[in-house]
Amino acid sequence: MPHSRFGTQPPDAESAPSAGLEPERADAPAATESVPAASPNSPPLDALSRAQGGDHQAFAELYAQHKRRIYSLCLRMVGNIAEAEDLTQEAFLQLHRKIGTFRGDSAFSTWLHRLVINVVLMHLRKKGLSLISLDEAMEPTQDEGPGRSFGSADLTLAGTIDRLALERAVGDLPAGYRLIFVLHDIEGYEHNEIASMLDCSIGNSKSQLHKARLKLRDTLRAFPRQEARR
Amino acid sequence: MTEHLKNLTCADFQSQLPELIGSGEDIADHPHLQNCELCRALLADLETIAEAARQLFPVMEPPDELWEHIESAIKEENAGSERV
Repeated sequence: MPHSRFGTQPPDAESAPSAGLEPERADAPAATESVPAASPNSPPLDALSRAQGGDHQAFAELYAQHKRRIYSLCLRMVGNIAEAEDLTQEAFLQLHRKIGTFRGDSAFSTWLHRLVINVVLMHLRKKGLSLISLDEAMEPTQDEGPGRSFGSADLTLAGTIDRLALERAVGDLPAGYRLIFVLHDIEGYEHNEIASMLDCSIGNSKSQLHKARLKLRDTLRAFPRQEARR
Repeated sequence: MTEHLKNLTCADFQSQLPELIGSGEDIADHPHLQNCELCRALLADLETIAEAARQLFPVMEPPDELWEHIESAIKEENAGSERV
């Protein structure tokens, strides 16, 4: 069966959540499984195992291994440096509290990725962003909503997009649109996973993503004109 | 059926787009697109955006002092739990 170019290929394997992911809820405390202990004759434990055993230096190693990806994810989701730093800190504190509950049912990076997303979603909920009814909560006003395309066909993107322009346009998206766009088009989550995470319908997720892309298209088509005026 | 799809207005077609795109199927052969340059251009743009997004955003480095903040927060938590 042919598939469209809209398919979701995550940027790389480490950040790729598995399809239909719900094996270990990183936001909920799970039953703690026994942490492997080093015996005198066993090989050296990796940083994860040692961190699960309470080794602070090993936790620092985990931080060094994952800090860039986690910080970048937070930054994409909230679009604000100060908030991204706070959320990275909160995510690693949560990790410190819950690392003993990681059972290895999925890759650690996948589990951590999901934990971070839950931290960010919790933060957005506290800020008053309703994720239950995305359509109601984040429907932009008529003036700022994405336009449909019944008019002229001029100013298409012609298959190319300036990377900086796209980054800027994503940063300017309304919070709800940005959230779904980042989760689907950048992080590679499927609509059913997003619907589960955000507690909305799959149709709602598809609709919001479509509106986000339309909004980006509007912004990007206007970009050359904005640049020309500068 | 195909005739019906071919006769869709742009408004009707575009209202169905989120579901059509979200289905993951290739919709390039949709009857409406065969005769509608406008909607073909729209679809091409949306595909371009989705593809570009996958290459988007370099991995960023958090500030050096962030680890110090995390470390001290962990120490505070540990001290708090020892007091309890």
